[in-house]
Amino acid sequence: MKTFVHALLKQYDVNPQSKALHLLLDQKPDKSITYSDLIHGSAGYTAALKNAGIQAGEVVILILQHSEALVYAFFGSILQGAIPAIMPFLTEKLSPEQYRRSLMALFEITAPAAIITYPEFLGEVHQAIKPGSSVRVVLDCSQINPQSEFTNSSFDNGLNRSPQDIALLQHSSGTTGLQKGVALSHQAIFNQLESYSRALSLNLSDVVVSWLPLYHDMGLIAGFILPILSNVPLILLSPFDWVRAPHKLLHGVTKYRGTLSWLPNFAYNFCAQKIRQRDLEGIDLFTWRAVSNCSEPMYWKSHQMFLDRFQPYGLQSSALTTCYAMAENVFAVSQGGINEPVTIDSISQRGLLVDRIARPSINGEDQITMLSAGHPIDDTRIRILDQYHNDVPERHLGEVAISSNCMLTSYYNRPDLSTIAFQDGWYLTGDMGYLAKDEVYVTGRKKDLIIVGGKNIYPQDLEYLASEVQGVHPGRVVAFGIPNEATGTEDVVIIAEMDLIKNDFDGLDFESSPEYSRVTDEIRMRVTRGSDIALRYVRLVNRGWLLKTSSGKVARSANRERYLAELKAG
Amino acid sequence: MNSEITQILSTYIASQILRQPQRVILPDEPLLSNGLVDSFSLVDLSLFIEKTFNVYIDNTELNRETFDTLTQLADIIQSRK
Repeated sequence: MKTFVHALLKQYDVNPQSKALHLLLDQKPDKSITYSDLIHGSAGYTAALKNAGIQAGEVVILILQHSEALVYAFFGSILQGAIPAIMPFLTEKLSPEQYRRSLMALFEITAPAAIITYPEFLGEVHQAIKPGSSVRVVLDCSQINPQSEFTNSSFDNGLNRSPQDIALLQHSSGTTGLQKGVALSHQAIFNQLESYSRALSLNLSDVVVSWLPLYHDMGLIAGFILPILSNVPLILLSPFDWVRAPHKLLHGVTKYRGTLSWLPNFAYNFCAQKIRQRDLEGIDLFTWRAVSNCSEPMYWKSHQMFLDRFQPYGLQSSALTTCYAMAENVFAVSQGGINEPVTIDSISQRGLLVDRIARPSINGEDQITMLSAGHPIDDTRIRILDQYHNDVPERHLGEVAISSNCMLTSYYNRPDLSTIAFQDGWYLTGDMGYLAKDEVYVTGRKKDLIIVGGKNIYPQDLEYLASEVQGVHPGRVVAFGIPNEATGTEDVVIIAEMDLIKNDFDGLDFESSPEYSRVTDEIRMRVTRGSDIALRYVRLVNRGWLLKTSSGKVARSANRERYLAELKAG
Repeated sequence: MNSEITQILSTYIASQILRQPQRVILPDEPLLSNGLVDSFSLVDLSLFIEKTFNVYIDNTELNRETFDTLTQLADIIQSRK
């Protein structure tokens, strides 16, 4: 298969009436889409882009809700030979100004030729387009209709793309993440789909059920492109519906006899704890053969909690699987639990943290239960490197490096970043982990990245937002994540130094003072509206509390340790 | 009656969601649009309300369209009793 266009048109030729996907909509009947509907719907977007003069190889940014329009706009761009990039849309919590700033930054770096959005959002997009911008056209999805007639020449631009050409861009979350669009070629994506299908033992009786957003690699590749190009039905629900009604995922599995899903770790806790008994009536999860834990640190307890809650509804323990993935490798690096249970490794906490070796605990040391992320998929290799980029022995902790036939082409328009990321042809992931019997275990991050609910958060984005609050000393803010076993993800903490010191509140308990409430509230509000992240803990401290590096920067990990130590001491 | 409900909700949100027990939430303070309560906490909030006030609240019922303040939330609870 040469490109996406060929793969999609083949499904259309062979199985036009076969169901490609079923959209589960809020308070409406499910919407089924056949390959024929998919091509006709997408052809509308192809024609609109063509009429607007959009050429092959140009970037098209999609800012659309989880909807039929998003599906068609994505494949319509591909059929035109353009490069789609799906972006999160503005939610009720985000501030429009902050969102506009991110859009402007994105437009500057990716230099898109077109934007496709929904009518209510056109004004917002136009405001983000500066004079002299690369954007030549903004299309309104409500004005684009399926094409009843087309010929093969309608897709010439797409058919003429070569396997090495870039198929799509993926961005990680946050303002800082926008500067890094992962560019993936058709060939890289096909190579990933081939290896990953084998790792999953994917077959035509599979049914994928997903609530994941499509601007994230897990949602876009595992929960969208993989099933659609493989003629495996996809049951798709919106992340916004799922978070308010998590039982809808289980209803999707029951109704369509779902077999495969991918979930970030917190979703196991969330489903186990937050679904009401009355919403589980009629649920049958017997068909679910692989629910892969992916995209944030995995907890054995989360799997256990999920199993305990849903075993009475037919969930098999063998369905609990694991996956290690990143956009830079298209998606999966490794997969565990498909043909045998996920390997559980009980190791000494002290060994891991102090000796940096995953060894059994001795003399009653505290234990950590690690879940294996399984074996690398075919044609992906893993090494574990020390700080000098030398291999470390088995079970020693180091940075995970990967090499594969499905690596990114580059960070789009960022040759500087693309060079740094590679060392002698190996991609340095920034994840820490170890290998044991050819299986990979991921223990944490080398960099300061925070992962909440599978979403990557760059602490500098949050620190910038909090620094803008009046009363906070500029630049004296630190943001970090701390693991929370109950929720199965990280809690975000912000510590900010105040301009005023505690003595200014003579006779008042500082933490009960109106000023303390005002500043913490404002930090919460600004951070949520600027990043869509709700803070768990906000703490204000005196000047001089935060530890700094020799160059005067706030040291995140040192402050995190200090915070945890004080928390422990009570 | 409503003030009793808002009091209970204020204590719950301050201690369980914000983790700032001393914080007092005013009856007309915006909760969702100011980022005090996020979408993940909405499910917790509806579970808490069902248990505490013995009323029926569906998952999807609590959102920006239905309430943003404790007073509005108390009205919903009151109307279900």
